[in-house]
Amino acid sequence: MTLPNDTSINKLVALICGLIFGAGLTVAQMVDPQKVINFLDIFGQWDASLAFVMGGGLIIYILGYHLLVRRMTKPIACNTFDLPSNKKVDNKLTIGAAIFGIGWGVAGICPGPALANLSLGNEKILVFILIMFVGMFVAKKVN
Amino acid sequence: MTEFTPFTALIGGLTIGFSALLLILLNGKIAGISGIFAQVFSKYPITLSWQVFFILGLIIGPLLVMPFGFSLPQQIDLSWPAIITGGFLVGFGSRYGSGCTSGHGICGIGRFSKRSIVATIIFMSSAIITVYLIRHIFGA
Repeated sequence: MTLPNDTSINKLVALICGLIFGAGLTVAQMVDPQKVINFLDIFGQWDASLAFVMGGGLIIYILGYHLLVRRMTKPIACNTFDLPSNKKVDNKLTIGAAIFGIGWGVAGICPGPALANLSLGNEKILVFILIMFVGMFVAKKVN
Repeated sequence: MTEFTPFTALIGGLTIGFSALLLILLNGKIAGISGIFAQVFSKYPITLSWQVFFILGLIIGPLLVMPFGFSLPQQIDLSWPAIITGGFLVGFGSRYGSGCTSGHGICGIGRFSKRSIVATIIFMSSAIITVYLIRHIFGA
């Protein structure tokens, strides 16, 4: 079954966006766990590089979202914008974010870079993704 | 010690922002990797949804910039306990908190979402504290 927001065009767009995203993570070196941990180590030998990744990403997204997307009634290639409706800052959000941060600090790997690293077939990355999936599954169960 | 690389970091960041913007502009979707990844497995049997194609692109994407001298780390210098604990907490926390670095950190803050601003401040702080404890208190 083809959903109105999941046509062949939408899939092609998603593939291209994924390719660009993966390329960006690699150019930014966010795929390197040591680079990430050194960025988080602000009281040690701080490598501030990754602040520029977030800065660069935000400049484009803030401008594009507020100047273009917000003025559109629907996306270019489908019928509706699929945006989060929840506006409340609740315990789930804060506890989940805190736990995510601890995991990110421990390994220096977040979901995007984990997947971007998959092409090398590194066993540590494979296990990380597998366990990450288990964590997601448990989060869904406790939900 | 890693080298300070603001220029490539900025180029990479602009590229990531452009990808996320393209996804909402054309498909109306948030480029939150943890959410997209979780949705691939949200139903069984797994269908060839747009999420599958995004993840496929994400995995192949790094190969496109390799001819230009950019590379994935050849070796992951992390202990197995770090991989396992980190993996579980990243998976659990990103879903329980409805987002990760991409969904909250770029797309959410980019939309000026209060939830995402709060989430990003919290996970940046807890990550910084975690690295501080591991490196400078326990000296691992």
